[in-house]
Formats: sequence, C-alpha cells, structure tokens
Amino acid sequence: MDPCNCIEPQWPADELLMKYQYISDFFIALAYFSIPLELIYFVKKSAVFPYRWVLVQFGAFIVLCGATHLINLWTFGMHSRTVAVVMTTAKALTAAVSCATALMLVHIIPDLLSVKTRELFLKNKAAELDREMGLIRTQEETGRHVRMLTHEIRSTLDRHTILKTTLVELGRTLALEECALWMPTRTGLELQLSYTLRQHNPVGYTVPIHLPVINQVFSSNRAVKISPNSPVARLRPFAGKYVPGEVVAVRVPLLHLSNFQINDWPELSTKRYALMVLMLPSDSARQWHVHELELVEVVADQVAVALSHAAILEESMRARDLLMEQNVALDLARREAETAIRARNDFLAVMNHEMRTPMHAIIALSSLLQETELSPEQRLMVEMILKSSNLLATLINDVLDLSRLEDGSLQLEKGTFNLHSVFKEVFNLIKPVASVNKLLVTLNLASDMPVYAVGDEKRLMQTILNVSGNAIKFSKEGSISIAAFVIKSESLREYRNAEFFPVPSDGHFYLCVQVKDMGSGISPQDIPKLFTKFTQTQPLATRNSGGSGLGLAICKRFVNLMDGHIWIESEGLGKGCTASFIVKLGFPERHNETKLLFVPKVQANHVQTNFAGLKVLVLDDNGVSRSVTKGLLMHLGCNVTTVGSSDECIRVVSQEHKVVFMDVSMDCYEVASHIRERFGKRHERPLVVALTGNTDKATKENCIRFGLDGVILKPVSVDKMRNVLAELLEHRVLFEAM
Amino acid sequence: MDAASQLLKQWSDHLQRLCQEGFLDDQFLQLKQLQDEDNPKFVVEVVSLFFDDSEKLLSNMAKALEEKVVDFKQVDAYVHQFKGSSASIGALRLKNGCINFRNYCETQNKEGCLRCLQQLKQECYVLKDNLKALFMLEQQYVAAGGSISKLS
Repeated sequence: MDPCNCIEPQWPADELLMKYQYISDFFIALAYFSIPLELIYFVKKSAVFPYRWVLVQFGAFIVLCGATHLINLWTFGMHSRTVAVVMTTAKALTAAVSCATALMLVHIIPDLLSVKTRELFLKNKAAELDREMGLIRTQEETGRHVRMLTHEIRSTLDRHTILKTTLVELGRTLALEECALWMPTRTGLELQLSYTLRQHNPVGYTVPIHLPVINQVFSSNRAVKISPNSPVARLRPFAGKYVPGEVVAVRVPLLHLSNFQINDWPELSTKRYALMVLMLPSDSARQWHVHELELVEVVADQVAVALSHAAILEESMRARDLLMEQNVALDLARREAETAIRARNDFLAVMNHEMRTPMHAIIALSSLLQETELSPEQRLMVEMILKSSNLLATLINDVLDLSRLEDGSLQLEKGTFNLHSVFKEVFNLIKPVASVNKLLVTLNLASDMPVYAVGDEKRLMQTILNVSGNAIKFSKEGSISIAAFVIKSESLREYRNAEFFPVPSDGHFYLCVQVKDMGSGISPQDIPKLFTKFTQTQPLATRNSGGSGLGLAICKRFVNLMDGHIWIESEGLGKGCTASFIVKLGFPERHNETKLLFVPKVQANHVQTNFAGLKVLVLDDNGVSRSVTKGLLMHLGCNVTTVGSSDECIRVVSQEHKVVFMDVSMDCYEVASHIRERFGKRHERPLVVALTGNTDKATKENCIRFGLDGVILKPVSVDKMRNVLAELLEHRVLFEAM
Repeated sequence: MDAASQLLKQWSDHLQRLCQEGFLDDQFLQLKQLQDEDNPKFVVEVVSLFFDDSEKLLSNMAKALEEKVVDFKQVDAYVHQFKGSSASIGALRLKNGCINFRNYCETQNKEGCLRCLQQLKQECYVLKDNLKALFMLEQQYVAAGGSISKLS
C-alpha cells in the first residue's frame, strides 16, 4: 500500500454503498445502452419517422451517457490514468452532445406537440365526415324510396289505385302503423275519411274542414306534427294503455284542369286539399326524422300530380265517349233528315204537278168564262173565282220556290239588265193598286245608280215587288216612297252586323232599296218573326188581303243569295215602317265585243215584218246560193244588191247598206274587218252577218274574233230570215245604248 | 176549171213524189214560197242557173280528175261549190252525193272520186228531167187558167 496524495475518502469505503452504486451504474449503463437499441428497432419497424438525425443525436447522447456510467464502474477502485482520460473524454463528449440535444429539443418539442394537435383535429374531422356520410346515406335511401313510391304511384292512371298504392308504399317505407287519407266532400265543407291502410272499409267519418288543426296543416306545404288526439288522427278505437306514436299530417293539393293556365303555373290559393295523416307505431318511441318528413312532403306532391293526371284522363275519356255518342246521334239525325227531305221533295214534286194542272184548268177556264156573256152577278162570281185561284196559284209557286230555296237548289240567273227599267216596271205595276187604296207612290232613284247591272233581274224585281206590295197592303192611307241608291265603299261598314259582312270589290256594288210607308206599323217584338215562314203578325180577322206569310221569307232567301241583307224597322204600331234591303250586283262588262247572235227561238210577239226598202248587200261566190238568198230577201221586201267577190263587196259596200250577208267561205273575215274599220261606230255601219252551213265551233269563234255581228246557219227559211232581220234591227238599238 | 184542178193535182202529186223519193227537200219548198207576183219566175230562174252552174262544175271536176297528178284539193273545192248550190235549191240527193265525193277526195281515192262523179252526173240528169216535167205541168196549169198562188 502506497500512501497516495489522492484525497482519501472522508469516510472508509463503505462496501455496501459502493456495491449499490456499482450495481446502479451498471444498470443505468445497461438501460442507456438498451434505449437506443429499442429506438432503432421500433424506428426500423415504423415506416415514417421524420427525425432520424434527431434519433442519431439522441442515441449518441444516450450511448455516451451510458458509456460514462459504464466507465464510472472502473473509477470506483484504483484506476489508471488511461481510464481517467477515457472517462474525461467520455464526459466531455457527453456534455457536448447533451447540450446539442438540449438545444435541438427546443426546436423539436413544439413540432411534436403540434403533431399531436393535428392528430386530434383529423380525428374530429373523420368523425364529422362519418356523420355526414351517414346523413347522405339516409337521404339517398329516402330518395330511392321516393322514386320507388313515385314509380308505383305513377304507374297507374286510376285514381283509387294511386291513392291506395301511396298509402301502402308509405306505410311500408316508413313502417307506419296507420296511414289515412281524408278527401273533401262535394260541398267542400267537410273532410271525409276515404282511404286507410289497415282498415279496409273506412266507415264514413267526416270532420268539418275548418278545424284549427286542419287549417294549420293546409296553410303550409310542410308536413306538420299534430297531436294524436286530434279528430283526424283518432282513427282507431282507443284501446287503452298504449302511448300513441307521433302523428304527422300533410296536405295534398287536388289540382283541377281549370287550374292549369298556359302562361303561369297554377295558383295554389283557390284550392282544394286532401289531408294525409301518418302515424308511427305506438309504443315504439320512434320519432319523426327530418328526412322522413321530407319524404312525406315529396310524396304528397307527387300524389297531387298523379291525381291530376288521372283526373284529366278521366275527363278526356268521358268527353270522348260523349262525343262518340253525339256523333252517332247526329249521324242518325242526319240520315233521318235526309230521308225526310227526300220524302218532302218527292211529295212536293208530285203535288206541285198535281196541283198546278187543275189550277191551270181553273184559271184558264175562268178567264175564258169571263169573256162570255154573263149576268152581273155571274160576272162577280167569276171574278172572285179568278182572283182566288190566282192567289192559290201564287201560293203554290211560292211554296215550290221556297222549298227549292231552302234546299239550296235554287240558283240565281245572272244576266245584264236595265236596273232603272226594273224599278220603273215595279212602279207601273203598283201604281194602279196604290191609287185604288188612295195611296201616293213616289220613286226616287239615286243619280249615281248605274243604268245596267249584272244580277238576277226576275228575282230582284220579285223582291222589290213583294216589299212594296207589303207596304201597300198594310197601309190604309198616306204615301209610299221607294228609294234606291248605291252604298259607297266608305259607308259599307255602317251596314255590317252579325249576319252581313259587305266587302267592297271592284266589279260589284251594293244597291240599297228602302220602302217607307205610313201604315199600320209593326210592334218591335214582332219584327224578328217577320222573316219566318207562315207567321202572321195580325189576327186573321183583320187581314183584308191575301198573303201566305211566305213573301218576306222568300225575299230574305233571295236577298241572302245575292250576298245581301234585308231588315225592317218600325217605330211601333200605327207609326208606319221602313223595309230596307241591300243586294250585291255586278257592273256590266264594258268592252266592245258584241254578243254573237245565233238565231234565237221564234219570237211570235213583236216581229217586225216590214223591211221595206231595207238596203242589204249579199256576198256569195256561188251563183245559185246568191240568187236564192237574194230571192229570200227580196221576198221580205228588202232592196238587195249582190256581189260575187270580196273585192267587189268592198268596192260596193256603203253606209247605206244596213246589213251585209256573206257566205263564210269567202274571205269574209277580212271583209268584216274592213267594214268595221271603214265605217267605225256600230250604229252607223252596216251589220255584218255570216251565212254558213258549218255548225262547228271554229267558225263561230272566228266570227266572234273578227267582230261579226251575227252568224246564220244555212238553209235559211223565210220565217228564219224574217226573225233574223227583226232581231238584228231591234238589238242594234240595244247595242247603241251600251 | 176541171182541167186546171186536174193539172194542179198532177203537179202536186209529182212534187210530192219528188220529195218523198228524196230528190228534193224542204229548201225547194221554201224557194217556192219566195215566188210571188213580183217574182213569178223565181224558181225557174234559180233552177236554170243551177243546172248551168252544175254543168260547168261537173266538167271542171272531170277535167281535174283526168290529170296525171290529180289535184284533190281543187276537186274538193269544186265539189264544195256544187254541194252549196245543191243545198240552196234543195237537191237532196245531189247534196248527199257531194258529201260522199268529198270523203273520197279527202282520202285521195281517184277511183272513188270518178265513181262519185259519174253518180252525180247521173243524178243531175234525173233531177233535170224531173224538174223539167214539173215546170211543164206548171206552165200547162197556168195556161189552163189556174192561179199561181195555188202553186205554193
């Protein structure tokens, strides 16, 4: 034992303490060495560890600490200088690393802490997303249910099936205990239980519609929770001790066809609603979830649509059935009407003939009788017979006319006629009758009224006569005025009404005729009846003249056929009346083409037989024909010149010749044109007439084209020639006026 | 006036026969009507005119048909003229013959035309004889003192 200068421990080495220190150091070293091993092991295992270099640093720190403690083991006893150096190195290193580690930790620990925060945040987020996922899933589920329900509901157009299906499907989807539908009654004041899920025959419960709970449901389009005790929810007899499930009610709009406007969506204010009530199972502690309520609302809307479709379909089916029925009925009616018309026409045709024959006999014989010697009494009697039979004949004619008018088989005969002369004739016809009744008749024709017009002369005259006749018939005193004027295009509009729509046009004009009288007048309520057949406005006893009541009806038909309108105005009984009618007439064509004169039927009455000295020219190259024609004309007294060629004709013809007869085989067309050019105006030049044996159209057309005044077919008899000359000479006068 | 009335009867029978056999038609009667005091010889004049005319026409037709190359249009024109004349005096058969003739002309059938021409000539002679007889009777009647008016 060397005495050493080292400091001796203060107390003698306590073996036990030393031992414990020794062991502790050993274990510390062990632990410190194993920590990095563990770290490495686990880090190796983990995939992600961002701070490897931290680990290295930490590992170094730990290892050095462990080394220090390990080396400490040798320093308990005597140790050499190497050990001390090693110890010191170790300690120094350890110190360095520790400080470095300490410094580094200042940076690392906040990071590590924030990692933790982020982890927490992410966990929360994940939880939230899970929740949302759950929500979406339920919604999607709901949507699926709705689609399925809608599909079921809309797959049928039958109202009952729709409603039943709705209830069934809803009940299934939502696992309901009871589902009920209350429909408004016809009066709209009550709701009636129409369909339920469980009970198959709902007894007709009704509740008044104006309950507060119902109003509450109807006022919003959401599903509303209502109390299970409300009258609409009390569907089952109260069985005692169960807790009823929650009840929800929703309104179902009942849309009507009339609610759909083209331009805007249906207003929901003036609507009828049905009430759908849904009850959760009792004793289940289930509650209505939001998504379930939404499902219910959507379904209610869909049901409304489906119901309206069904209603529209029902409506259209009904309309179609109705139309078909009507169609069948109309067809039958039409056939019956046709049969009736045919029967009537046959009857009329037969009766017409049958009636006319004896009528004819009566009239003819009575007029003959009038001619014979009769005593005054007999004469009076015969006159009465004649008068009555004339009336009867007129009646028969009227009836036949009217039936033809109604059939539409009557057609107007259009022709050019002298309008002024029509009125004059009417005037002349009624003047004697009027003067017998001491009535003054005045005729007033407007100055702008055309002289000639195109229309049905006979029927126009008939109408004017009828109207004027009525005026005379129903006037006992005073005067009758007949006025006619043309309505100017500007004033046409004043005459328009529901039935009459005059349209101004170039070739036509509207003639208005007004007959005013100061007679017995007509009361306003009788005016509409005037134009209907067979009605009389006065009792039979006061009628002092004939009249079947058909006259005005026929006039109305004629006037309508002439695109016109007839009406009567009267201030009242005793104040006279004004009958007016408007008819559409055409303007006559104004061109120089003459009307070709084919030899007309024999007119026995007014044939001029004296053609004395009438200068005529005959052109024919056939000598025989020439002398025959000459003989013919000379026999009738004409002064005849004959020529054998067209040149000669042109040389010889002069203004003095009134007519030139030419055989058509000559160049008669050129001669005709020459004559026309040379002599100009029609009333001064000779008339040119062709004689031909041809009856074909080409000849006639050529004659018209070259402006000949007539064509005669050979052979010509004396009578024929006489008539031809008469027509030519007479109608020349007519041509002049054009 | 027995002779006169007898002659009248003869005349009237003759005329009737001519009409019935189709030699003459209504036109001839019309011509008769034209004969009056102013124009006593009207019918005779017209008939003579006719026969002169027809002779000319017939010879023209014959000449035209004898040509090497027959101008059917020309022939047709002649026939047309003849037809017109025949129609004017009421020679029915001649008129119908002309219609036939014209058909052959249209088809340019020389044989047919020649045949028709022959026929026409034939008919013409027959008619001429008949009418001569008629006029002779007329003259005799007038000579016997009959009134012309009864001849209508």
